[in-house]
Amino acid sequence: MSIRVEHLKKRFGDFSTGSAGSAADFVAVDDVSFEVESGSLVALLGPSGSGKSTILRILAGLEAPDEGRVLFDGVDATHVHARARAIGFVFQHYALFRHLTVEENVAFGLDVRNVPKATSRRRANELLDLVGLGGLGGRYPSQLSGGQRQRVALARALAPEPKLLLLDEPFGAVDAKVREELREWLRRLHDEVGVTSIFVTHDQDEAFSVSDRVLVIHRGRLEQLGTPSEILDEPRTEFVAGFVGEVNVFPAEVANGEARVGALHAKVGAPDGHARLVVRSYDVKLWREDAGIATVERVVTLGDRVRVHALVDGAGSLVAQFPRRSSLLKNVEPGCRVQVEVTSARAYPRA
Amino acid sequence: MTARSNAEGSEHVRTADALLPGPGQRALRGLALAYVLVLVAIPLATLVVLAFADGPPVFVERVTDEVARDALVLTLGTGVLVGALNVLFGTATAWVLTRYRFPGRGALSALVDLPLAVPTLVAGVMIAVLYGPSSLVGTTFAAWDVEIVFAKPGIVLALLFVTLPFVVRAVEPVLAEIDVAEEEAAIVLGAGPWRVFRTVFFPALLPAALSAGIRSTGRAIGEFGSIVVVAGNIPFETLTAPVYVFGEIESGAPRAAAAVSTVLLVFALALYVGATWIERKVGARHAS
Amino acid sequence: MRAERDVGAPAIAPVEAAKLDARDTRGDRLAAGRVALGAVVVLYLAVVLLGPMGALVAEVSRIGIGEVLSAVLAPPALEALGMSIALVAISVVVNAFVGTIGAIALVRHRFVGRGLLGALADLPLAVSPVMIGLAFLLLVGREGVLAPVLEALDWKIVYAFPGLVIGTLFVTLPYTMRELAYVLEEIGTSEEEAAATLGASAWQTFWHVTFPNVRVALGYGLLMTAARALGEFGAVLVLGGSISGQTQTATTFIHDAVEERALAGGYGMALVLGAISVVLLALLEHLKHRRARALGRTK
Ligand SMILES: Nc1ncnc2c1ncn2[C@@H]1O[C@H](COP(=O)(O)OP(=O)(O)O)[C@@H](O)[C@H]1O
Ligand SMILES: [Mg+2]
Repeated sequence: MSIRVEHLKKRFGDFSTGSAGSAADFVAVDDVSFEVESGSLVALLGPSGSGKSTILRILAGLEAPDEGRVLFDGVDATHVHARARAIGFVFQHYALFRHLTVEENVAFGLDVRNVPKATSRRRANELLDLVGLGGLGGRYPSQLSGGQRQRVALARALAPEPKLLLLDEPFGAVDAKVREELREWLRRLHDEVGVTSIFVTHDQDEAFSVSDRVLVIHRGRLEQLGTPSEILDEPRTEFVAGFVGEVNVFPAEVANGEARVGALHAKVGAPDGHARLVVRSYDVKLWREDAGIATVERVVTLGDRVRVHALVDGAGSLVAQFPRRSSLLKNVEPGCRVQVEVTSARAYPRA
Repeated sequence: MTARSNAEGSEHVRTADALLPGPGQRALRGLALAYVLVLVAIPLATLVVLAFADGPPVFVERVTDEVARDALVLTLGTGVLVGALNVLFGTATAWVLTRYRFPGRGALSALVDLPLAVPTLVAGVMIAVLYGPSSLVGTTFAAWDVEIVFAKPGIVLALLFVTLPFVVRAVEPVLAEIDVAEEEAAIVLGAGPWRVFRTVFFPALLPAALSAGIRSTGRAIGEFGSIVVVAGNIPFETLTAPVYVFGEIESGAPRAAAAVSTVLLVFALALYVGATWIERKVGARHAS
Repeated sequence: MRAERDVGAPAIAPVEAAKLDARDTRGDRLAAGRVALGAVVVLYLAVVLLGPMGALVAEVSRIGIGEVLSAVLAPPALEALGMSIALVAISVVVNAFVGTIGAIALVRHRFVGRGLLGALADLPLAVSPVMIGLAFLLLVGREGVLAPVLEALDWKIVYAFPGLVIGTLFVTLPYTMRELAYVLEEIGTSEEEAAATLGASAWQTFWHVTFPNVRVALGYGLLMTAARALGEFGAVLVLGGSISGQTQTATTFIHDAVEERALAGGYGMALVLGAISVVLLALLEHLKHRRARALGRTK
């Protein structure tokens, strides 16, 4: 199913002070429009509180937008009740029915549609096999581990064969190692089942490793929509650039395609004038040179990477990252002078 | 080495020592136990022993006396009815108080606790004033030939007033604890309101509502103050067991009173044990 | 910068009414059900609780404030109220002491008889007050089991002030002890253990660590105790006999006044007790919020 969202807006009023619509209202989703192709796997990426869940819940019909429309396969579904949308939804904390067995949980969406019991049980067990939990149908949710519960939640959402699957931070509540496994597994499952899927995450690695396309959300606004490599290589806003990697930001002057701040300069594709220069920590080269433009403050080893903190003349502190065995790091130590070269950077005009 | 393992092995005792100190510990603990024994155990034991002092046949005779038996039946009947009504309306009240947002909700929620603080006799007086034969409501109903006060409806109303907080306060925290996402999951999967209630709410609420309902029945069968005012205490009509007991005391038949009291006590204890059993069972399941 | 470019103006397929009802009424029906349930609950509370309360207030003002005031301020009424307040004071003091010790013993100690202590402390909640009165009557009444002993000592308990005290102490026993036991259980022992490892003595631990943590709960339990003591009727009627000026309490005063159709005094005193209980309730609510906050903090 293809999805189209037009100018969505959602405010949250403060119950204690009065009705929605007052100036004190909080705008959780602000004029968001996008489209999702049928059959794709899309990530909604953004920091906590940016409005990702609210967008997802509007798609599911659990929240009504104040403005805008939601279209499924071109049909306006904005006012369709959640119950009638036939959407699969996976909640962050599983939300399994604790008084039902695993099998009953998975069969629930079929049972409420009066599918014959034999059929619904068969389908439930097929799905449990699919998610690798065959044979656990008789257990109660409390008897499963976090990762297992999340897979039950997924099976439950898939059982009624929804045309759209929504997942709200599906792996947020399981520990790091299981999370990694579940990610890969979700990708494979998606390719197998082929259902249009949108999942919410605040973890950029998760978004980039799993999805076809990524929507970056910030303060209720859609900052950028693109493939993972588009977003990594061409961040369209300073926020996106900063969110998808460790960056250095400097107030700079751009002239003739070159941004300058103090002794630092970098080629950029921005118009002349004031700008904010954004340099990724791994887009910086530096090496020991007494006539250099910066002084090293600290050298920190983080597993297989080394991070160098330096003070650039006239520009301020800068962080650069290198592979641990990089030849550039030779003799780089606190207090020494280094030369700095920016291999790639972007500048965003500022007022 | 031994000293160390001692200290580790007796953590409980150390904490306990820390709280009621040294040699005073036993004395104070003994005092509390003695207080409870003298105040509760000995008098109630006396009551039960004297109920049987004239022999079991006399006991049976006393509790199967027509008036006594009828009072016991009325008391248990109204008690069970009130328990059931509490389960129903108490759950509904808790539902509205936790899930609705409306002005005055906090005040209404606080008012539900009022029967805990209002003397039950005063509750009876209030009910009698509103629904009594000479009141506006009373005369209206009398025109339809329905008596409230000095009749069974008055007893039920008084008992409902007195036991109002039981189910509401037991169900509220359970309702508040239910994960909204569980409800939303059911809706998204296509469940209608009843199905959502049956799947998500009912199993969670049932033990709490049931045990509190049983407690309210236990409370109701012992109720005296409010009943004395509203019931009219007519034998075979509105005479409840506690009022019958009071009447027997007044007319100098304390052993007959003790016999009926013993029956009431057995029912009250059975209800208490039943409610506690349900709560334990649920608690144990939550712990797992 | 936003992805508006992705949304041009392509043709939007016509609404398929069969599949997606653009305006489905499920939500409306649900809203109607919500309103109905709200109405039922409000009606229920009005019939059972609010109506009767309002009726008493209305009745008192119908009788006339002046008449009611003079009845409530008359010596028998004031003596009865004073008697009730004395009983409240005694039960609060005794329960503060016994309730604290009992709760600590119940929760922190392991000893033979602990289960018995817990069960007996709960029992008064399950027993009719009339029965309590009867039980003491059978024990220490004029023809009670201990009557010869009491006569020899020249102690009079039943139909005297000690009888009122015993009855009130019985019915108020559970409140403070249960409340404290619950909170002691909730807060656990880690703070007490920390104090012990820091070298605090038993009393220091109690006064500086445990007591501050249970102070709110103690207040709550004692307020419940006060409310219960003030409102007790059955036990004090049986054990005291409601002798005006000697063993008549506020509640038995109301009972007698209503029986004798002295409604100004009866309803007036009922309103006084009702008003006191509203004040107690307000204090209880206040403490409930503080307790909720305190428990949230220690967890
Ligand atoms: N029901 C609600 N009432 C009030 N504010 C809300 C509600 N739901 C979300 N918000 C607010 O809207 C903002 C966006 O929330 P959410 O969509 O949950 O963010 P995210 O999922 O990106 O972390 C947050 O600031 C949150 O506090
Ligand atoms: Mg979220």
